[in-house]
Amino acid sequence: MAGTFEAPEVVYEELDVLLVGGGMACCGTAYEIMRWAEALKAETGKELKIKLVDKAAMDRSGAVAQGLSAINTYIGDKQDPADYARMVSNDLMGITRDDLAYDVGRNVDDSVHLFEEWGLPIWKTDAEGVRHDGAEAQKEGLPALKDGGQPVRSGKWQIMINGESYKWIVAEAAKKALGLDRIQERVFIVHLINDKNDPTRIAGAAGFSVRENKIYIYKAKAVMLAAGGCVNLFRPRSVGEGSGRAWYPVWNAGSTYAMAAEAGAEMTMMENRFVPARFKDGYGPVGAWFLLFKAKATNAYGEDYMVKNKAMLDDYPPYGQAAVPASCLRNHLMLKEMKDGRGPIYMDTVTALAKLAETLTPKEVKHLEAEAWEDFLDMCIGQCGIWVGENVDPREKNSELMPTEPYLLGSHSGCCGIWVSGPTDVGAPTTEEYDGVPAHLPKGWNWGYRSMTTVKGLFTAGDGVGASGHKFSSGSHTEGRLAAKSMVKYCLDNADFSPEFDETNEQIAETIWRPVKTFLTHKDYTTAIDVNPNYITPKMLQMRLQKIMDEYVAGVATYYNTNDKMLAVAEEKLEMLKEDSLKLRAKDLHELLRAWENYHRILTAEAHMKHIQFREESRYPGFYYRTDKNFVDEKNWHCFVNSIYDKHTKKWTCFKRKHIDLVDKSKLFKAAAPH
Amino acid sequence: MPTFVRTEKCDGCKGQDKTACMYICPHNLMKLDKDGSETGHAMKAFNQEPEQCWECYSCVKICPQGAIECRHYADIVPLGGSVQPLRGSDSIMWTIKFRNGTLKRFKFPIRTTAEGSIDPYGNKPMPKMSELTVDGVFTRAVMGGFRAGNPAELIRK
Repeated sequence: MAGTFEAPEVVYEELDVLLVGGGMACCGTAYEIMRWAEALKAETGKELKIKLVDKAAMDRSGAVAQGLSAINTYIGDKQDPADYARMVSNDLMGITRDDLAYDVGRNVDDSVHLFEEWGLPIWKTDAEGVRHDGAEAQKEGLPALKDGGQPVRSGKWQIMINGESYKWIVAEAAKKALGLDRIQERVFIVHLINDKNDPTRIAGAAGFSVRENKIYIYKAKAVMLAAGGCVNLFRPRSVGEGSGRAWYPVWNAGSTYAMAAEAGAEMTMMENRFVPARFKDGYGPVGAWFLLFKAKATNAYGEDYMVKNKAMLDDYPPYGQAAVPASCLRNHLMLKEMKDGRGPIYMDTVTALAKLAETLTPKEVKHLEAEAWEDFLDMCIGQCGIWVGENVDPREKNSELMPTEPYLLGSHSGCCGIWVSGPTDVGAPTTEEYDGVPAHLPKGWNWGYRSMTTVKGLFTAGDGVGASGHKFSSGSHTEGRLAAKSMVKYCLDNADFSPEFDETNEQIAETIWRPVKTFLTHKDYTTAIDVNPNYITPKMLQMRLQKIMDEYVAGVATYYNTNDKMLAVAEEKLEMLKEDSLKLRAKDLHELLRAWENYHRILTAEAHMKHIQFREESRYPGFYYRTDKNFVDEKNWHCFVNSIYDKHTKKWTCFKRKHIDLVDKSKLFKAAAPH
Repeated sequence: MPTFVRTEKCDGCKGQDKTACMYICPHNLMKLDKDGSETGHAMKAFNQEPEQCWECYSCVKICPQGAIECRHYADIVPLGGSVQPLRGSDSIMWTIKFRNGTLKRFKFPIRTTAEGSIDPYGNKPMPKMSELTVDGVFTRAVMGGFRAGNPAELIRK
């Protein structure tokens, strides 16, 4: 039966493994799991039924869709995974899981080496120290990274690439590994289904096609949920056409966090956020400018605020005193200049390029100019749009920097996400010292299956994994791969288990299609399609959410300030918004996509608000301040804040978990300067 | 708007069920107006939600007619500039025109292997199921990327 908008067709399928998402993490899972599935078949004859479902097209889905100019996590043979875990920890103000970061650190280069083999051009440095782009390096016979080739470091952990087709290449390998029959594109999974007999177990997931009137319901033993972070939950600085120019991809709608929370997964560090300081309005990357071109950021009067305001770092020992202070603290020093009226802030591209040109030949200068443009063209073309529109030649005119609206993510310089089972061989705790953790949750940091959430059978990777940031593209791919193996193991250990849904297919379909039904039922009540007391458009609902978050939960409107009173107001307003989400309308399939994305944003935003409220300190100065608790309180709050959501009562419960170092952090810090 | 479709160049991907731009857009923005009821231009594509456009250029790069360009965010950017790519199989050419007329051209490599040539498991070992619980990925022994780390760094082990 072909579905109609009034009565969609319901497609039902039974699987062993369902992968939700098509970004770097799920591409990693696809690549790794298909090989193990082959091995399983060869050794035992057993076949696993596997499917990947992506709301977009894998060639250009996820955060790497546009491309990247660097791979930000490559350890190399001169650094230790422990060094990496230390860096991750300090950048995130001390509260991260060393077990997860260490595990990514020791495995991540394998994926990078594969990317190069598959055709990703990686810049190389030759014996004379001259740098070559990835294609030129290959033509000149410089070895691959795998064979000892030297990358061009744009930072301690970053390497430069010609990455326009980065995602295209990684997706090609994943798609070939899966085969086209195991891929379903343009289906948006919006809802996870628990098991009828065990509410702490996953049984499947459901969504709909954005192209046909079809609802898809999948029963699965194991589900990989890797659908990105959350963008546009705060009012963006640009509210017209420019609201699409988010720093992180605008299609990351918090689906990972919202669906996991509704399924009962324990969340972690949802108070964490990332407020990148980027080129103003275009959000072009600053890493290469700081690290490769050695540019300085200054206030409007040419003062280097990192030098001028250095003493402010001593307010936050020990995190301010590492060789590279935490990202939030760098914002903290920048914001001081803005609030005191010494903006705009500038990236001094003029001085940096002039200085570099002093020692270079004209040909090298031309190459340098190309490198600077490629940095934007590979990953943030919109920034070039601003430069050409405003006649900015970086050799002649400095560009403004600006801290953006807040973003929630777990793979970049942020660490919100889901609490997952880690590796067992790095000394992670197996008990929990704090009271208050709900009894049904695991005690230690590993419970049998690497990357499994506290919901049996539900796995995550990339932006989904909390308390371990700085994985970026390569680390997300790696996490996806590590999870793949334990998903296979989970399926084998539960070979005889047959999931049963805790809701009927009819109930699931009704829930998914509710915004369409609402529209069809009420559309003729008024003469204006968008103004109707019986429903709210996804666009208005999103703007209402953004207004609440911006004005009360430390958005740009208040210079990232909030307090207990403002949070209480936000709490009440979010409750009503969540109630009103039941009245979302969808006039077509495209709006149904937006309706569900914005529902996911509301739950993510609510988690963020509740965690900030629970954590009675300001752990990330420069990202947000609780002005009623404007300090870092190491004694009481050097701990994880975790939470669970009850989908029946629609209430959150927050609690502490003890933080423990698995690697020695003192190596990062010099002694505190005397006051 | 972000990206826009040139009326005279778009051929609706010759009446196929979906256009290249619809196939690729990560945010589901491109739409084929089959009967012209939405735009007045039948069998041509358009960007249905310009304020949601990331300017990722996926549609610009994939359009077989070169019919898609970008007019940068009108609430931010002065008019008159343009940034236009021509993506080939191994490199991409950018033509950059400033508002003041200055022109720049850049060419960058995009991949070092032929498109479609990846053999994901071709020269890779077949793992043994007995190694399923050993840490690391199945290519650990052949890709040279596993960094064992100094055991003394793990202070609780």
